Amino acid sequence: MEWYLPVIWAGLIGTAVMLYVVLDGFDLGIAILFPATKDEAERDQMMNSVAPFWDGNETWLVLGGGGLWVAFPKAYAIIMPAFYIPVILMLLALIFRGVAFEFRWVAKPKHRIWDLAFWLGSTIAAFAQGLILGGLIQGITVANGQFAGKPLDWLTPFSVMCGAGVVVGYALLGATWLVYKTEGAVAERARAQAKLLLLGLMAFAILVSLWTPYAHPRIAERWFTPANFALLWPFPLLTAYCGWMVWKRLHGQHEFAPFAFTIAIFVLCFLGLAISNYPYLVPPGLTIWDVAAAPASHIFVLIGVSFLLPMILFYTAFVYWTFRGKVKLDSGYH
Amino acid sequence: MTIDAFLLSRIQFAFTISFHIVFPAFTIGLSAYIATLLGLWLKTGDQKFHLLARFWTKIFAVSFAMGVVSGIVLSYQFGTNWSRFSLVVGNVIGPLIGYEVLTAFFLEASFLGVMLFGWKRVPPWLHFLSAIIVAGGTALSGFWILSANSWMQYPAGHEMRDGIAYPLDWMQIVFNPTFPLRYMHMMTAAYLTTAFVVLATGARHLIAGHRTESAKTMVRMAILMIAITAPVQALIGDFHGKQTAKYQPAKLAAIEAHWDSSKPAPLVLFAWPDDQAGLNRFEISIPGLASFLTHGSMDALFPSLNDFALEDRPPVKIPFFAFRAMVGIGVLMIGFGWLGAFLWWKGRVFEERRWLWLAQYSWPAGFIAILSGWFVTEVGRQPWLATGVIRSKDAVSPITTLEVAISLALFVCVYCVVFTAGILLINRLIDKGPDEIGDKDAPEQPSRRTLKAAQGQASDLFGDGRPGDDRIQPQS
Repeated sequence: MEWYLPVIWAGLIGTAVMLYVVLDGFDLGIAILFPATKDEAERDQMMNSVAPFWDGNETWLVLGGGGLWVAFPKAYAIIMPAFYIPVILMLLALIFRGVAFEFRWVAKPKHRIWDLAFWLGSTIAAFAQGLILGGLIQGITVANGQFAGKPLDWLTPFSVMCGAGVVVGYALLGATWLVYKTEGAVAERARAQAKLLLLGLMAFAILVSLWTPYAHPRIAERWFTPANFALLWPFPLLTAYCGWMVWKRLHGQHEFAPFAFTIAIFVLCFLGLAISNYPYLVPPGLTIWDVAAAPASHIFVLIGVSFLLPMILFYTAFVYWTFRGKVKLDSGYH
Repeated sequence: MTIDAFLLSRIQFAFTISFHIVFPAFTIGLSAYIATLLGLWLKTGDQKFHLLARFWTKIFAVSFAMGVVSGIVLSYQFGTNWSRFSLVVGNVIGPLIGYEVLTAFFLEASFLGVMLFGWKRVPPWLHFLSAIIVAGGTALSGFWILSANSWMQYPAGHEMRDGIAYPLDWMQIVFNPTFPLRYMHMMTAAYLTTAFVVLATGARHLIAGHRTESAKTMVRMAILMIAITAPVQALIGDFHGKQTAKYQPAKLAAIEAHWDSSKPAPLVLFAWPDDQAGLNRFEISIPGLASFLTHGSMDALFPSLNDFALEDRPPVKIPFFAFRAMVGIGVLMIGFGWLGAFLWWKGRVFEERRWLWLAQYSWPAGFIAILSGWFVTEVGRQPWLATGVIRSKDAVSPITTLEVAISLALFVCVYCVVFTAGILLINRLIDKGPDEIGDKDAPEQPSRRTLKAAQGQASDLFGDGRPGDDRIQPQS
């Protein structure tokens, strides 16, 4: 029991973060693509394609952060101060983009400033998330169970590259979402953008895949030990296949497939990172067992999760189903 | 007082949470009001309820967004600025926050989408149900966060091992002794606060000469709510105060600025409490009344501030003055609500311009009272972050002063810009007022079709665009 509770929780938090990345990824992504058009009606259409969902999507971020506290309080207490600046940056950016959803409609016709807030807030939030991801992979200096590094330890070429990679990746999710969810000029432009963004994302994926084993022997060992490699070789291959499928489907008339395969790329990359770092939650030194909460706390919340999480997934699906179908140009929300 | 990461983190938390609480307090009440309006509309088929629901939903959308974004900041600040607190109480409080996310946040956020954009997409009964779920979600969210806060006020159901809190009994943790009354006090405050905003809005339109049925309905509904909940709130507050005497005597002593436990405590109407000298300057008080209010006897003795070591007692001025502000506003609320009820009974409430004039400026009353109340309870808990478990000064993260100075400056700038804009936009929506029956933009009459739809058939009669979008489209 004591051994596998942290494993279950690591899986749960991993799932929450994964869902966050995919779900908020596409709505941050459509905002990152905002400057591509100056046309107000087209921007309305883009925003409307995510308006009923964004709040639910962002809640996965709260679950990711809150879940980390619930399940791994020691990790939470190390990671948050270690990434103080990027976390605060992300929160401030999310304020701007979150309120922009509502303010923009009420402020019309003087809403340009909220267009800017929407775009800049979303882009900075995505970039900050990449910085945190990169910083975490690099590892955190810990002494006596506390963060013992410097305020800017996270700031390296690697983390900046991860930041840029996340921005491009979210933009791709956003573009393929628009292909799926909109029509007309917005959808066509998104289809063209998605091709470029796909090339960008694949380049970042290759870069991370080479950089991490090169910089961290433990990651090289994880992947390239013959016994492990025999099991793990399908991951890069599958990722490449999904990338190829996005490319191919974008060239046809397919509307949902590019989005679906982009999600698959994200899931595979995420699993790849998890494989690279397991069982460390605070690399390089602390495993999920080192930082776990009391078993009684794990069990208490797990009981709730076992029926609440299926409920959440069910009504989330209901909301997506309610707002199914294309969002048309200049039709408001219906 | 040195300027360090600890002091700045305290200021930052106080600043961000004070901004935050305004919005959930308002949206807890407003979601319940909107659900009520939709229910009345479905029941009576009276168009004015529908128009009012649509009007307040626009305002709700803006307020809720501000509550969400300012709330995420708080959930992360436990870790960024108070990591030692997160570590020490994580096993106990972490799960409460976890349950808040799982039971409340997802529920609110998901059904908010249906509530805001589903006017035409789902049948009216389902839209009404979504509004109820959102209102229930906000109340549930309050449940968990108040449970966590109350545990910090008076921890229970845990044991300390190596300086870390471990859970023993979850029932005792969740339903810790000070939780039920604190929760009731806060929820009632939220409903009362919203009632004053609704009242002020109705009064503003009446004064401006928009003598519409919807403005009158707002005033009537608000008076009814205030006249009942304001006195109930005073009663809950009284119980809550007596409970504070039992569980948090140092806080009560600070509230009453009570320095000498050898004598019955007077009710201090005004004073300038002097922490250093340990006495009140310029005191005006009623002898024995504080003893009577807390213990039912003019001669009752209870601990004073001087019974606590200097490092174990809260600062006095903030709880003392904030408490008087809260109670003062509460008394005025009762009087104002009853006066309104009296005028209504006399049939003069829409004619009595002086009362309406006051009513239109009464909207901040609840917000100020709520902020004051939280200042009393949070500052009154000092010097502890979780009483007896961890002191505030031991809870701060290993971060630099410069980092917090920068983040605090950014929070102040961003909040002032964003939330000022938000409040101005809400003001604009309020000025515009609800659509009127017969407006070209107004939806069609509900009448028989509503009833049919309410039975779960048609999904197509709400007729128009998204709230917040004024370019309402006729239905295609």
